[in-house]
Amino acid sequence: MTTNYLILSGLLFSIGAVGVLIRRNAIVVFMCIELMLNACNLAFVTFARQVGNLEGQIVAFFVMVVAAAEVVVGLAIIVTIFRTRRSASVDDANLLKY
Amino acid sequence: MDPVEIIQHTTGGVIGLSWLMIAFPLVGATILLVFNRYTNRWGHLLGVAMSLASFVVAVLAFVELLGLPEAQRRQAVHLWEFIPGMVDMGLLIDPLSIAFALLITGVGSLIHIYSIGYMSHDPDRRRFFAYLNLFVAAMLLLVLADNYVGLFIGWEGVGLASYLLIGFWQFKPSAAVAAKKAFVVNRVGDFGLLVGMFLIWTTFGTLAFAELKPITAENPTTLAIGLLLLLGACGKSAQLPLQSWLLDAMEGPTPVSALIHAATMVTAGVYLVVRSGAFFFPEGSGAALAVAVVGAATLLAGAIIGCAKDDIKKGLAGSTMSQIGYMMLGAGLGPVGYAFAIGHLITHGFFKADLFLGAGSVMHGMNDEVNMRKYGGLRTYMPVTFATFFIGYLAIIGFPLLSGYFTKEGIIETAVHAQPILGWLAVAGAGITGFYMSRMVFMTFFGEKRWEKDAHPHESPTVMTVPLIVLSIGSVFLGGYLILSNRLMDWLAPAVGAPAARPEFHFTSTTGLATLALVAVGAAFAWYKYGRAEVPAVQPRGSFLTTFARRDLYGDAINESLIMRPGQWLTRLAVFFDNRGIDGVVNGLAAGIGGSSGRLRRLQTGFARTYALSILFGAAILTGALLLVGNI
Amino acid sequence: MSSLWLPILMAVPVLGAIVVALLPKGSTTLAKQVTLLVSLVVLALTLVMAFQFPNAAGERFKFEATYDWIPSFGVHFGVGVDGIALVLIALSAVLVPIVVLASWHDADGVKAADGTVVAPKRSVKTYFSLLLVLEAMMIGVFAATDVFLFYVFFEAMLIPMYFMIGSYGGAQRSYAAVKFLLYSLFGGLLMLVAVIGLYVVAGQGTFMFPELVGAIQDPATQKWLFAGFFIAFAIKAPLWPVHTWLPDAAAQAPAGAAVLLVGVLDKVGTFGMLRFCLELFPDAAKAFTTPIIVLAVISIIYGAIVAIGQTDMKRLIAYTSISHFGFIVMGVFAMSQVAQAGAALYMVNHGFATGALFLAAGFLIARRGSPHIADYGGVQKVTPVLAGFFLVAGLAGLSLPGLSSFVSEFMVMIGTYSSEAFGSGALAAAAIVSALAVILAAVYILWMVQRALNGPTAEPVKAFKDLNAREVWVLAPLVALIIGFGFFPKPLLDVINPAVTSTLVNVQVHNPGVAEKGAGQ
Repeated sequence: MTTNYLILSGLLFSIGAVGVLIRRNAIVVFMCIELMLNACNLAFVTFARQVGNLEGQIVAFFVMVVAAAEVVVGLAIIVTIFRTRRSASVDDANLLKY
Repeated sequence: MDPVEIIQHTTGGVIGLSWLMIAFPLVGATILLVFNRYTNRWGHLLGVAMSLASFVVAVLAFVELLGLPEAQRRQAVHLWEFIPGMVDMGLLIDPLSIAFALLITGVGSLIHIYSIGYMSHDPDRRRFFAYLNLFVAAMLLLVLADNYVGLFIGWEGVGLASYLLIGFWQFKPSAAVAAKKAFVVNRVGDFGLLVGMFLIWTTFGTLAFAELKPITAENPTTLAIGLLLLLGACGKSAQLPLQSWLLDAMEGPTPVSALIHAATMVTAGVYLVVRSGAFFFPEGSGAALAVAVVGAATLLAGAIIGCAKDDIKKGLAGSTMSQIGYMMLGAGLGPVGYAFAIGHLITHGFFKADLFLGAGSVMHGMNDEVNMRKYGGLRTYMPVTFATFFIGYLAIIGFPLLSGYFTKEGIIETAVHAQPILGWLAVAGAGITGFYMSRMVFMTFFGEKRWEKDAHPHESPTVMTVPLIVLSIGSVFLGGYLILSNRLMDWLAPAVGAPAARPEFHFTSTTGLATLALVAVGAAFAWYKYGRAEVPAVQPRGSFLTTFARRDLYGDAINESLIMRPGQWLTRLAVFFDNRGIDGVVNGLAAGIGGSSGRLRRLQTGFARTYALSILFGAAILTGALLLVGNI
Repeated sequence: MSSLWLPILMAVPVLGAIVVALLPKGSTTLAKQVTLLVSLVVLALTLVMAFQFPNAAGERFKFEATYDWIPSFGVHFGVGVDGIALVLIALSAVLVPIVVLASWHDADGVKAADGTVVAPKRSVKTYFSLLLVLEAMMIGVFAATDVFLFYVFFEAMLIPMYFMIGSYGGAQRSYAAVKFLLYSLFGGLLMLVAVIGLYVVAGQGTFMFPELVGAIQDPATQKWLFAGFFIAFAIKAPLWPVHTWLPDAAAQAPAGAAVLLVGVLDKVGTFGMLRFCLELFPDAAKAFTTPIIVLAVISIIYGAIVAIGQTDMKRLIAYTSISHFGFIVMGVFAMSQVAQAGAALYMVNHGFATGALFLAAGFLIARRGSPHIADYGGVQKVTPVLAGFFLVAGLAGLSLPGLSSFVSEFMVMIGTYSSEAFGSGALAAAAIVSALAVILAAVYILWMVQRALNGPTAEPVKAFKDLNAREVWVLAPLVALIIGFGFFPKPLLDVINPAVTSTLVNVQVHNPGVAEKGAGQ
């Protein structure tokens, strides 16, 4: 059982990671990050169930809270960038270089 | 007999106040320089007054010294602690230093007076007198100091005064260059003097004359010290191989040439050798021989240079070199020679100052023309100048019974006995002297007028002719007075030691007659070439020998090709090495660090994905490593 | 017993700097006047302190005051002076008011006679408060008796000087300032390592200098720690071949800052060699003497030769200083009473002589807007007073006897020549070679004088005005000191000599000192 859940978690994480690396739309990148976070959550919960204590589930709640906070800040930044640069592509926001 | 012990002066009297001799001109110079243009109106008078005051103190100290018994005639006056544990500042009043002090302040005062007239049209006359006063103070410190450090301070002080006065008309590039050259060449000599002092201090633990002991036999250390001091003397006294600055020094105003570059400063080398004689130049030592050889070589070189110069002052400068060569020759011959050397130094101070001031008087009347080919027939236009110049001329060629005759004969006689080869060279030198001095007189005062159109020769004002007359009186009588019955030798004996046997002056010795004959031949030849024949107004192309003499025996050419040019190359090389080599490494290091960080900077592309990828790789490598180690 | 002299001496300029910085905007003249007043107060206090200096044997450091600073590491705020430190503090206190007066218009925007901008307009208040901060640190660095405190001042001094060069300097000021800072920081960090190493190895739990003397016995450890200190000081001094920052810094700095840089800051290097390198690591110092003397002699000759070839007045003066610092280092490591006293005296005299030369050159440059010697000519005819001061300062630079620098140079050379510390001819040879610099010095100074002051008057020079009263008051005291100490060096030497004696006792060399004078006869 555990193995299946972990494989699913790994698949979700990989999809998220590849999405972060290859997609340009900031919203999609953002969703991919959420996907990775949730993949981690799944792994935590799986291990919690296997070990039989609550610590993994507690960490999963923490991750959700952080993810929510991140969404608030991240979306705000994306919207602001979109307003000034008329683009949601992450490649267009490349001023911080060299 | 060795010199007598130096005793510490205790009582008051003029000797206790002898520092006033230095203080007067020093105060004069300070006032004139600090209050500069406010003293323009009366500055020259202050300068003369200070010099005369100094002379008065010198005379009083001389009288007081005369009244003391011989054993007490060397008194050291302590002034203040200079470098604690090493040397104290003090003055040594003894027959030698007082003789110099009298010469410096006496001739110095006359030249101060003469300069009132000579410099009357110069807007900077006040500054001139300030420098002259500074010179007198420094020169007195040189001869009066009771230790080598004090001597050295005076030594460089006169060098400074000489620098300032040669470059007095510094707006002329030639004067500025000549001044610098004089100072730099002198510094080569000073190097010798400095290292000599290191050796003296290290060997004997003192630099005071009073604590040094006379030696009888030479050892390698004293020989080294002697040679180093000789190097110093060569610089200051324009002896070979450091002679080249003196001819250029004639760029200075003529009274300067008379006082500094003829009568006093250039004789400081002779003073140094005589003062150190008992310590480092014992009779018959290698060091003394070196002094005599340098003297003999220079007396010939100077005389040869003097033969070919058309510039009256440069002719006289060559002659000065030559006469100081005689003094050096004398100074290398022990106590007998010392007396004659100092005697010649004193009489030379008179007749050479007389000649230089006479030349200045001629220039004053001829719109500052110095080329003798543009003179001629001046004797009727400047009778006083001619008469005094002629007396000086007779004195320098050694005309019997005039001053120069006694002192120069004395040196030649002593030299022929002690070092025959050098002695006969000195005889030859006397013959050449007869030629070049006669040439000068014939070209200037006799023959056709070859003046420029706007020349209106006239006699100089009284303020200039009176010093000439006084100096020419000295040129006539001083030598006989000092040398006959060995008056100077007896006077100097407490300071420099007395010879084993007292010399007698023979009027009819072989060498004396030979010298006179040679001088007569030289003068006759000069008459044949320049008195009887027409003097061409333009310098004719000379023979190889003439060119050799005209170019100062190629002294400047040698200096230039051996020292100056390689020095310039070395300087350029060093600057290049510093900028490109050392600083190049430093800047290269900085550029290298800057360049590599510039390359590393390129990794920051600004694409969030790139950063994410590197995070991923980093995480993967980290995880892999942990798995490999197996600690997970 | 703790004396408040030194803490007060450091507090006064710091308070002054704060007051100057807090003055209302635009009150530039007031800022200058306050700075001048404060620096004069410091000078007066220093002089009173110097006259109270008990010139007797006994305690090495006088006017001591020690407070705990970082007790857990044994770091103290410890100050106190011996004779050498005292004369160097006095030198700083004398130079600062002179520099204030000389830099009166430096930050106002200086224009030459023909309108070229010599220095742009900058914040006057900042400049003068930096100057006062620098003064406090200069006093502190010489007074520190705690090695860590010394290090702190040693590094902190860089900050005000960095800004004085970087913000108020010439065209290439940022290059020069960064070069100066990086060079010094590099040396400083090596020294920090050595300071920490000293603390750890000594194991005394304190940074106080008197307790660290003789604490390190192992020769190999001594050598490593010595190297750390020495490299820092050699860069500061500066010694060949780590000298190239000085010409750039000195040429780009405003004349006043250049005076403090060369006159005082660089002395910290030679002072540090004498105080720390020799006394803390005597065996290493003796082991390294030969290479150091060689470097010093190279500095002397090389600095002089490169100076001859310079076309820029301020760079030329900077190179002459490299030559002079060579003399100081040679004197320090010759390990004889005369040479070390001469070296300590040289530090003071060089401050006066080079200070005067920099300031005179600065006045010349302010009139023309160019540091190039070739742009001048015939200055003497137009401005005789300026030319006269320039000449006297130059003569002090070539160590003319009768001027103060001669006494010290003579003592260094004769002390090196006669030093029996190593019983070989090497030191004598070094002294003879260094004496050649006497000739080279005449060439570099007089050639500059000939090109700049003599000859026909150049066209732009004709518009020059001679020194005004302020400028005369800047140079006159320096010239008076140069001539005064040239004939009467005794007051300084009397203070310096006991300090040198106790240094040599700590270094444990046979000292052919005053007592054995005349032994060779």
